[in-house]
Amino acid sequence: MPNMSLKKNEMPSQAPEIRNKNFSEVALGYTEEQAVNEAERCLNCKNAPCMNGCPVQVKIPQFIAKIRERDFEGAYQVIAQSSSLPAVCGRVCPQETQCEKLCIRGIKGEPVAIGRLERFVADYHNAHAVEKVEKPVSNGIKVAVVGSGPSGLTCAGDLAKKGYEVTVFEALHLAGGVLVYGIPEFRLPKAIVQKEIDGLKALGVKVETDMVIGKVLSIDELIEEFDFKAVFVGSGAGLPKFMNIPGENLNGVYSANEFLTRVNLMKAYKDDATTPIKRGAKVAVVGGGNVAMDAARCAKRLGADVTIVYRRTEKELPARREEVEHAMEEGIVFNMLTNPIKVNGDDNGWVKSMTCIKMQLSEPDASGRARPVAIEGSDFDVEADVVIMALGTSPNPLIKDTTKGLEVNKHGGIITDEDGLTSVKAVYAGGDAVTGAATVILAMGAGKASAKAIDEYLSK
Amino acid sequence: MFKIVNKEVLNPTVTRIDVYAPFVARKAQAGQFVIVRATEDGERIPLTVADYDREKGTVAVIFQIVGATTYLLNTLNVGDSVADFVGPLGNPTHTEGLKKVAVVGGGVGCAIAYPVAKKLHDEGAEVHSIVGFRCKDLVILEDEFKAVSDKYVLMSDDGTAGTKGLVTDALKNLIESGEQYDEVIAIGPVIMMKFVCKLTKEYGIKTIVSMNPIMIDGTGMCGGCRLTVGGKTKFACVDGPEFDGHEVDFDEAMKRGASYKSGKDTSMKQRVISSKRRLNSYA
Repeated sequence: MPNMSLKKNEMPSQAPEIRNKNFSEVALGYTEEQAVNEAERCLNCKNAPCMNGCPVQVKIPQFIAKIRERDFEGAYQVIAQSSSLPAVCGRVCPQETQCEKLCIRGIKGEPVAIGRLERFVADYHNAHAVEKVEKPVSNGIKVAVVGSGPSGLTCAGDLAKKGYEVTVFEALHLAGGVLVYGIPEFRLPKAIVQKEIDGLKALGVKVETDMVIGKVLSIDELIEEFDFKAVFVGSGAGLPKFMNIPGENLNGVYSANEFLTRVNLMKAYKDDATTPIKRGAKVAVVGGGNVAMDAARCAKRLGADVTIVYRRTEKELPARREEVEHAMEEGIVFNMLTNPIKVNGDDNGWVKSMTCIKMQLSEPDASGRARPVAIEGSDFDVEADVVIMALGTSPNPLIKDTTKGLEVNKHGGIITDEDGLTSVKAVYAGGDAVTGAATVILAMGAGKASAKAIDEYLSK
Repeated sequence: MFKIVNKEVLNPTVTRIDVYAPFVARKAQAGQFVIVRATEDGERIPLTVADYDREKGTVAVIFQIVGATTYLLNTLNVGDSVADFVGPLGNPTHTEGLKKVAVVGGGVGCAIAYPVAKKLHDEGAEVHSIVGFRCKDLVILEDEFKAVSDKYVLMSDDGTAGTKGLVTDALKNLIESGEQYDEVIAIGPVIMMKFVCKLTKEYGIKTIVSMNPIMIDGTGMCGGCRLTVGGKTKFACVDGPEFDGHEVDFDEAMKRGASYKSGKDTSMKQRVISSKRRLNSYA
């Protein structure tokens, strides 16, 4: 008899007033009892609608059934067939708009907490499994992967399992891409990312850090001089966007990328860090996506009063609901229907405030969302000594500019077919470099599709 | 890890190291830079390529000891390694078509100006090098510059080396005496570049400057290195580091360069402060 509770098991978490002062993980994870209890809410639907919401098609009812049987390692093995980064996905996937959105239990009550169960299973595996990775027999065929974020790691893992000799090239000093420089420790502990990367290395994947492809080597050189038979480009989103309003280059104005990189990759939140960061007293974050929430919550943990400034309403916030709720619980103020028009500085070139204008919603625009329109004469100042622009990114030009014949769309994203094949033979691409800023799991899905296509191409 | 194969103390505060980085050496060109982390857990700092040897696989950087990271870098010796040495980044200096150029260097900026002068000389251009230092003890690369320059003018603030005065005085004299330059390339403290540009604008001589703002990744991801050029925001790492000097907002660049200097407006830790200034603080 399934557990017919309408509510999912709550996720044990650090209390908001405690966690907004530390960088330890917010969510603490289910206990075995909670996991089994939650698993019993799954109806094990034959047609498994939840799976249609998963970009990598995890066999969701099957792994949940294993949890019910208390075969947690078995559950992990089910997930591992489809996903190479379950501990990551269980934490950062927007399940509420994917698998959980399609869960039958969600029609009346809350859907099964699929994400939390995935996380439980992955953490159980990481804590208990004695890793005995069998290195696949090499087929001697070299494949290069550019970028070690979610798409690159997934592509590398899938190809390595098939016997390809995979080398991952990473521009930064540490592998993981957005998982290490972007997503904060309190949402995704870096030890978990490192464990996934170590797992890939155990499969025989080589990771070359400090290699900026497009500069130190071009894609053409990888193929012609270094004998890589195929290349997957997962180089990520790239250059941060600004608003092009006066005062944006004042000291104390950061892109979210810079702010998060200083905090997450360079560990500027630690007292002994060598990379500095301006710890503002009053921080304004412009934008409403997950990156804006991450930046705001980091700033809060660095001791600031934090305000999020967003030009539409709470309903239109593109961030995951859970992130918005967490941010609100932690004491972050949301200033909705507000748009900055100018950043104001003091005599030394530092930010002191931001002039904003009130907005109202009008007809839907091309994106289908209500278009915000400024209300004339409604400007007012928001006091801030740090301003963080979290407005998205535009693709990095380094690879496009140095790869002959690589076609990009008008936004600069690399053009590919469904399998990730670009306009250049043997060159595939996926993730944010193709789509523009999107989610970890979509990038993983793209990496997976390309790995399959590369295998088919090289098997011909 | 990247091994240091040669170390040379150029003056009490300026050091050259040659690092074994064959992939970087393969591609490096004058005007480009590398990102260096001295140690694991260290910060990432940009340093401009001073020289390279493609056959030996080495790249040289010249740095001034201005803060924690450069101090740490200077404690490393031949046989030691730096944790990271990433590059070559940024765009090379454009020298095509230049027949006669004044290369203006200030302080440790001469380390960046020298490979540019050398490249121009190797390509057959007439090179007039005008270099300035605070005093005699701080002069670097004198013989190197002389070897690639048709004219070499040494200036110092206190008159202990060359002629007493500023590089702008020397440049003005040369222009007034009838020298006609296709271009002026100025590399040094932001304040020096600002005044060189002010001068050359009066004479309508195109002037290129090499900007060296604070950076983290150096690949176009963080946007920390942005500056205003011709009224538009540019990223020094992917759009530069060289720009048309008559278009650069130097005052803004100076303020941004001082972001992490100590002061009551910031809460930065004292010991890391000055290292952020990198080449903005010149000998």
